Formats: sequence, C-alpha cells, structure tokens
Amino acid sequence: MEDKIKALHELMESSLSKVKDKSELSDFWQTYFSKKGKISELMKGLGKVSKEERPAVGKIINDFKVSAKARYREVEQILEKKELELRNKAETIDITLPAKKREKGCLHPITLVKNQMIDVFAGMGFEIFEGPEIEDESHNFTRLNVPENHPARDMQDTFYVADGILLRTHTSPGQIRVMDTEKPPIKVLVPGRVFRSDSDATHSPMFHQMEGLVIDRKITLCDLQGMLDKFVRNIFGESVRTRLRPSYFPFTEPSVEVDVSCFECGGKGCNLCKQTGWIEVLGGGIVHPKVLENGGIDPNEYSGLAFGIGIERIAMLKYGINNIGLFFENDLRFLSQFRD
Amino acid sequence: MKVPFSWLKEYVDIDITAQELEKKLFGCGFEVEELIDLSAEIDRVVVGIVTECEPVEGTHLFVCKVDCGDYGKNIQIATGAPNVYKGMHTPAALDGSSLPNGVKIKSKPLRGIESNGMLCSGEELGLNDDLYPGSEVYGLLDLPKDTKAGEDICKVVGLDDYIFDISVTANRPDCQSVLGIAREVSAILGKPLKMPALDYTVSDYVYDGFEITVEAPDLCPRYIGHGVHNIRYAQSPAWMRRYLALCDIRGISNVVDITNFVMLEIGQPMHAFDLEQLSGKKIVVRRAKKDEKITTLDSKEFTLSENNLVICDGEKPVALAGIMGGLNSGISENTKELLFESAKFTRDNIRKTSRSLGQSTDASAHYEKGVSEYTAEIAMCRALHLIQELDCGEVTASAFDVSAGAERVGKKFDVSIKSIESILGIEVPEEKILEILSNLCFETVKDGDTLHITAPRWREDIETGSADIAEEIIREYGYEHITPTFLSDSAVTVGGLTRQQNEIIKTKNIMCSQGYCEISTLGFYADSDLDSLHIAPNAPERNVIRILNPISSNLTIMRSLLAPSVLNTVVNNIKLGNMSGRIFEISNIYVPKSLPLTELPDEILHLGFAAFGDSEDFFTVKGTVEALADAYGLKFSYERAKDVPYLHPGISAYIICNGEKIGCFGKLANDVLGELSLHRDSKENHHIFIGEIDYRAFSKLFPDSISYKPVSEFPAVSRDIALIADEEILCGDIVDEIEKTCPLAKNTELFDIYRGGQIENGKKSMAFRLNFIPTEKAVSAEEVSGFITDILKNLKEKFNIEMR
Repeated sequence: MEDKIKALHELMESSLSKVKDKSELSDFWQTYFSKKGKISELMKGLGKVSKEERPAVGKIINDFKVSAKARYREVEQILEKKELELRNKAETIDITLPAKKREKGCLHPITLVKNQMIDVFAGMGFEIFEGPEIEDESHNFTRLNVPENHPARDMQDTFYVADGILLRTHTSPGQIRVMDTEKPPIKVLVPGRVFRSDSDATHSPMFHQMEGLVIDRKITLCDLQGMLDKFVRNIFGESVRTRLRPSYFPFTEPSVEVDVSCFECGGKGCNLCKQTGWIEVLGGGIVHPKVLENGGIDPNEYSGLAFGIGIERIAMLKYGINNIGLFFENDLRFLSQFRD
Repeated sequence: MKVPFSWLKEYVDIDITAQELEKKLFGCGFEVEELIDLSAEIDRVVVGIVTECEPVEGTHLFVCKVDCGDYGKNIQIATGAPNVYKGMHTPAALDGSSLPNGVKIKSKPLRGIESNGMLCSGEELGLNDDLYPGSEVYGLLDLPKDTKAGEDICKVVGLDDYIFDISVTANRPDCQSVLGIAREVSAILGKPLKMPALDYTVSDYVYDGFEITVEAPDLCPRYIGHGVHNIRYAQSPAWMRRYLALCDIRGISNVVDITNFVMLEIGQPMHAFDLEQLSGKKIVVRRAKKDEKITTLDSKEFTLSENNLVICDGEKPVALAGIMGGLNSGISENTKELLFESAKFTRDNIRKTSRSLGQSTDASAHYEKGVSEYTAEIAMCRALHLIQELDCGEVTASAFDVSAGAERVGKKFDVSIKSIESILGIEVPEEKILEILSNLCFETVKDGDTLHITAPRWREDIETGSADIAEEIIREYGYEHITPTFLSDSAVTVGGLTRQQNEIIKTKNIMCSQGYCEISTLGFYADSDLDSLHIAPNAPERNVIRILNPISSNLTIMRSLLAPSVLNTVVNNIKLGNMSGRIFEISNIYVPKSLPLTELPDEILHLGFAAFGDSEDFFTVKGTVEALADAYGLKFSYERAKDVPYLHPGISAYIICNGEKIGCFGKLANDVLGELSLHRDSKENHHIFIGEIDYRAFSKLFPDSISYKPVSEFPAVSRDIALIADEEILCGDIVDEIEKTCPLAKNTELFDIYRGGQIENGKKSMAFRLNFIPTEKAVSAEEVSGFITDILKNLKEKFNIEMR
C-alpha cells in the first residue's frame, strides 16, 4: 500500500507539473480528487487492508490526500496569478488616447459678468428687478426728467413701435417702476436688454445695461463713490481706484462719469487706457429731485443715488474683447472660451 | 467743438500751458477730445534771409545762400521756385527738419548742386491764405522784412497754436462758443473775463415802413433784426480770417465772415438778408404753408409743411428758419442794404425740420443744441460793432426786437448751504462756495445758511434747486474732495435674487451641463426670418410688433419666436466651420395685446435651443428636455408635433407637462433645411435639431416646495418581458397602458428593440423592464405574475400585442 501511495505521489507530481491552464487543472482534479478519482480508489482499497493496519494506512492515505490538495492549491494559485497577468496584459490600453467626454456648455460672457455684478450688489443688500423691454415714453423719458424736446427723444436714437411706445433705450425706467411700487429704503439693481437705433463697430442696436438705485435718507455723492469703489474692486481687482468727473444725464444731478484706474498698467499709461491711466466704466449721480417727485418720493425727506453700467463695456474690459459685435455673433469658438 | 487757444486768450489771460488747461477743463466737465498742436509736424524750420541768389545755367534752379541766424549765416540751399530773390525772407527747412504730412528734409545735391535744406512755400507749411496771407502764391512764402533770421517759423506764421476740440454736454449749449468756453476758463483760473466789444453807434438812417412780425412765437421766442446801410463789400481782415480758418471756415467777404465769426465767438447763428431783395418792406416769421417751396442758398429746392418755420418777406419765404437762407434774398457783392437776423428758434423744431428735409448746417447744429435769448441779444450787438470796426457800412436806426415776453433777467432762487452739503456729503468752505459762484457769474447774496442766487442769463439749463448749485460747486471745487463712504447713514436691506431669477440661473446651468452654450441674439428680426421657418401667413406668430423706424431691413419686427434666431445662429456657426454644437437662449418674445399697440405688450420668456452635428439624434435632444423636467421634479409626455412647420413631422414632439403643451422640439423639417443658405453637401449631412419651450408656462409648473414622502419599506420587484407589436405602436402608449393597468408599475423601461430574424415583417420585438414598487405590503411572485397576466391581457386587447 505504501508503495502504491508513493507511486501515485510521483505520478501526481509529474502530471501536476505538466498542468498549463485551468482546464488541465480541472482534469487533474477529476483524475485525483473526484468520487471516482485515484485518491477515492485508494480509500476504497482500504477495505482490503487488515483491521490492525487499517488506522495507520488510513492515516497515510489521508495525509497524502491533504498534502496533495495543498499542492493542488499551490499550482492553482500560480496558474491564477499567471492568468491574471495575461488577462491584464491583454486588456492593457493606450492611456494617452483621447478622452471621451461630453463637453460642458457655457454661459454667455454677458451672463457671466451680469451674474458677477449681481453677486456684488446683492451682497450689499440690492434686490434685482427686471422691467419690460418695450416701454412707454413716460417711463423711458418723461418721468426721468428727459424733457419733451430733448435730443435723446429724437427718432435717431430710439426705436419706436407705436405712438408713445418704444424699445427702452436704457434700464433707467426701472427706477420709476421701482419707485411706483416700493417705499424707501430702496436698493435695487435693474439689469436688462436695451435698444438704440445705432449700429457700428462700437455700437450694437441691442446691448445690456445694469441700473442701480439707492433711495434713503442722507444719500450723498460720497456714498456713490464708496459703493462703486467696492464694485470695481470686485470686478477688476483690489488695487483699482475710482475717479469721478462731471458729466450730464437728465435724471441725475450732479451727474458723474466714473473712471477706474487702469488695471492693465496700474495707471502709468498704456494702450488700453489710451495713455491716460484711467478707463471710463460707467455713469451715475445723485437722483434728480424731479425724478424722485415723479416717483412719488418726497425729495425733501429722501435722496438717492443712481448709476448705469454697460455690461458689454465691463465684459470687454474684463476679457480684452475689442468688438461689441462678437457678443451677438455667437460663434461657438468665441462662446466656448467663457467657461467659468 | 473747435476752440483755438489763441482766440481763447483774447478773453482771458491764460498763464498755463494748453496741456494744463486741457486737464483743468476735463476736471470741470469739458472733455477735450483732441488737443491739436498746429506745430506738431513742423521741426527745424526757421526764417531764412536770402543773401545771394544765382540762377543755375541750363536748369530752372537757383542756388541761394541763406542766413538762418543761429542755425548758420551762410547755408547753401537750391530752389526751383521762380519768385526767389535776393533779400527775400522765406521759410527755410534745415537739414534734418520735418514738414507736414511726414515730409523729412535732408542735405542732398539737387541736380549736382549742394543743397542743405529747402526753402518753403506756404502750402508746404500747411498754410492757406486765410491762415496766413500770401500763402497761396506760386512759389516761396514771402515773409515780411521785420522777421528775424533763424526765428521759429511757427511763431512767425501763427502755427505756434493749439486747437481744443471740446465735447460739450447737452445741458451746456451756452458753451458751444469760444466765449462760452472762455467764461468757463475764466471761472477755472479765477481770472476776469474780457468781454468782446459790443458797442456801436447808430446813424439816423431808417428804412421807412419796414416791419417785422412773428406769427409763430411758440417756435420763435425772440427775433432781433437790424438794418445796415451802404454796405461796402470787401475782404475781412487777416485776424478774422485766421480764426475762421482755424475753425475750418473759409473767408468769403466781410459781411459773411462777420456772421460766421459771431456764430463761433458768441454761439449765435446769424443771417444777413439783402434788404433790397425783400419785397413788401417786411419780414414775417411763420409756419410754412403746406407744399410751399423754398430754394436755399445752395440751390436746393425744398417742399415744406406746416411743421417747418420760414422767414418770409411780403410775398414769399426768404429763409428756412435756423437752417439756411433763401437763394432769392442772399447777400452778394452788389448788396448795398442789409438786414441782420439774430433769433432764438426752438431747438426741437429746428431739429425736426433739419432731419425731415435732410438739410443740416452749422447754424442748424447750433440751434439744435439750443441758444439763449441773451446770446441772440449780444450777438446782434457784436455783429453791429464789427460792421463798424471793419468799416463795412452804417448801422441804421431800423432796429427790431420781437419777443414772446420772456424775462430779461436770470433765474432767481434760494439755496441753503446745508442742502448743498447733504448732496455732496462733504463740507465745502463757505468762502469757497461764494467764490465759485461768483466766478461762474452767479450773483449770490448770503443770508445765514441761505444763498439768494441769481443765475446768469445764458444759463438756461439752471433749474431752481440745490442740485444744480451743488453740481456747479463740486465740478469747480474738484471731485477729488469727495471721500468715499459706504451708505453710512442708510438702513440695512435684504437683497438678492427672487426665486424666479434663481430658477433662470438654475435652468441655464442645466442647459450648460447638457453641453449647451448660451447665446445672445438681438430681440428683433424680419418677416423673412419667419418665412424661412415656413410660419404660415395667418399663424399667431405673424401677429408681430413692427419697429416704426428700423435701421435695417433685417431688423423690422420684434420677435414672436426664438426659433428663427436660434436657427440663424446654427447656420452662421456651420458657415464658420463649427460643424457641431449645442446652443440655447432664454429671452423674451413679444406678444401684442392689440395692434397697433395701445398698451405695453406681453413679454414672455422662452427657452430656445438647438443641437447640430453628426452625433445628434432625436433622443440626445430628448435627453436634454428630460433633464429639464427632472431638475424640477416634473414629468413630460410627448405628442407628435405634426403641425409645427419648421419641424420634421415624423421626428418631432410636443412637450406636454401636467396636461399643458409647453413647447416642441425635433429635427429641422427637410424643406426648411433644404432652403438654408448652406452648401448643399453640408445640408444633406446636417442633423439639426431645434426646440422652443414657453419658459414662463414651464416655470409656472415648478413645484412650490419639496415635500418628503416616505420611501417604501418593501423592496421593488422587477420583471423583464418581451413583446411583439405592430410597427406603428408607440412605446409611450405601451408604457402608459402598463402603468394604467397596474398602479404599482412605475418607471417602466424599454431596454431593447429588435426587428427581423424570427420577427414577422411589419412587427417589432420590444423588451421592457417592469418595476413593481409596493407601497403598503410586500408583493409576492404570484402577485407579480398576476399583474403581468393582466398587463398582457390589456395589451393584447388594446394593441394586439403578443408575448414573445
């Protein structure tokens, strides 16, 4: 019996060493460990062994079985490792091939700048109001203290759609609409599309403005500058300063143009600021008392500040765009640069 | 507006440079758009005295020795000018000098003769006869003999000067003149203003019976006329012609030059009539009669209407008021008697007439900006003074002044110093306030905190309030005194976007996450844009708001749909070589409540979108649409959109939400595609999908708030079934039927469609995953089998669908 086991051991070792893959290993299992396998046969042969020897022989057979199974596992693990390696190799890819992706879309640069501006002013306590784009003369002109015979009323600048009804030429009518519905303190921002009958390299017949209006007791020119300081620093950087200079708008008095120190050259003079060190960014002023009156607010009790910002102007400065037409051409190669 | 530096200095002693003055004007609200240095292009050109001058045989040249003072006493220069002579004083451009138009002069031989520069004509210095008399003679500029060798030529010929090109804001028509700017400069520098001489003496001569009447005082508040007798036609003096020339006006004759000079100096357009050409001894200022005609000085004939103001004699119009005189009454060299006109016409009437007739002049430009009655008064005095100064004729006693009766004093009002400070936010020293107002010619009497103010008569822009005065104070005191504060005395407010505004931002972000780029298109287009989408002539989208004064035939109507704008953007991008892309826009469409408009129209936000390129199909776009629904917890269903003219009838859908049709999308209709202005190949190959959602209607369906519903504690059970259906049966109908049959069936998914093979022709095999989601108790396998039996039974009855 011992010889038999020894011979089987040798046979097993030799056939195990020939096993190359899992199916051969499975055959090996069938040959040795299945119910009809060689080890079972050995066990069956135990019946022929004398009673006295039987426990000892049984132990030998069992030991053999245990060691054989261990050997089997060993080989199985080697094979598995080899197969995994092979599979990994087969599956290996060129990781430098182009990525598969769905390109994310992007917001229009005007929206980006508009949202940023809204963020700044919303943080200062401004509500956002949007008025109609088709307006009446009363809101667009008369109540804003643009007199009947003012050149701005001329057909040359304004698109009319009916007698007394026009495409708003600015977001300022929003001032009147807010005053009609709200009582001071008022802090409101009016972004929106505006229209002028004008079209060339620097003008588009439609563009975007953002009106700001604050009405409260004791609003001064100092507040206007302080507020706009915070705004321009947020948009153009902390080192930017503002400068006020006199201007004229019918609905504010005093009226000012607001320049920012050139963020490109720091005020030394460059092409962007046309060597002046300053860039004109917006207009504003102290709300004209007549406009307050027209909005039903007592100018003796309250005062206000207002400003109007051209969103395209800010976007052009911020992104270095030199032609306003690009915003409305909607070339995807242009638009896709504004991922934020 | 152009203002020569030298002319300004006639009225104010200016002791700062032109550049310094430019800065000060800017600070006070007068932006100098350009400061033109007349000598900028001229360098190293000096007075030369020709000491020797010999003709060179066989040529037209002369070889000269020129005394250029410090630059060389004996410089040899050759010249071809025939008028050169020994002893001539003439401009000499030295070696290395520059002349206008980028001309550089270097020493070089001229036909073999050494020449160390160039002797110049007036024209070569950029001069004409008006700027410097004698400049237009053929040959060299013959300078006076009192000029010194080596003297800078610019000083000699008056090119050492600057022109301020100033942009004047619309509220300051009083500054549309040299005198107006001089008043500001005088205030800025705190120096007295030297008024131009306005005095004249009147002779006894009278035009008997002549009279002036104004029949339209609403359009002509003031009309001043004055006769001048025995006109002596001549050229005006060099100083006057030079000033005119610096402002781009050519000298014509003494009288015409006076009217132009006064317009530039005082800001008042004037007109001169040949009095002997006026019939009926009268001037009548009235509205034109309908179809009345006038031929203006430039020989153009105009047919007028009652909206135009005309100046007439006893019979006919003799001038188009404020714009141009008539050809029938203009002055000529034969004019002996003339009538000066200095009037105030209302600015909007002149503007409207000028625009409607297409006739604009320097005079009409001044009137459009506005002139004051004060200006009209002093302009007449100035013109009459100049008539005498230039000895052109005798000022007669025939003087007329027809006024609508405005007061001849400045506006009077009271302002408190405190109110000025409350606008500015800073304290300005009282003496500074008084000084500034005085410099600006406001008469001010201080009484405690109150200032009793009389505004100067030319400041018709001044209204009667503290705001006006605060503005005057701060622009002179300087905006740099403003110290930024941040609403130090204001109430705290809660700001931020409204819910709807936030939702728009969210919607835009969803579109971006789906790969769509936001576009911004104009709010108007043309009927042809609706045509190209095959919108029927009687469709509601044709009910559009028209622009009464369009600037282009492409921009005539307010848009009633976003789709044309979106499609145009797609086409433009394909033309630019962007062969695929996804775009969207959220913008208003405009819907009139009635036409013509009598009230403001509805402005309705729409979401327009398009996807184009090889990889797009109906379902990629449908995915976007569903992403929108998912984002707001809504469910969309679809109906075939067979009647959307720009969509493919078989590849398009209406979007239904809560039973409401809120939009549509699909493949661009083949016929619409075929007509696009694209190359044929690119049309064939292009998959263009386009859609439009009524965003306002959509957003009204957004749930108000999220409310939590407990999740089922029982596991869902899924079963896959394969069905054989007729080809025309719609997936959506099957799903609806399944979910209607069994209330627990939710989120039924189609995961495969198979045609051919063992499947009969005209049929398709569809594999569905049915998800049964229990609510109150767990479902058993038997129950599920029961559901499926019921479902199959109904599908068989309704659609003749069999289990595969």
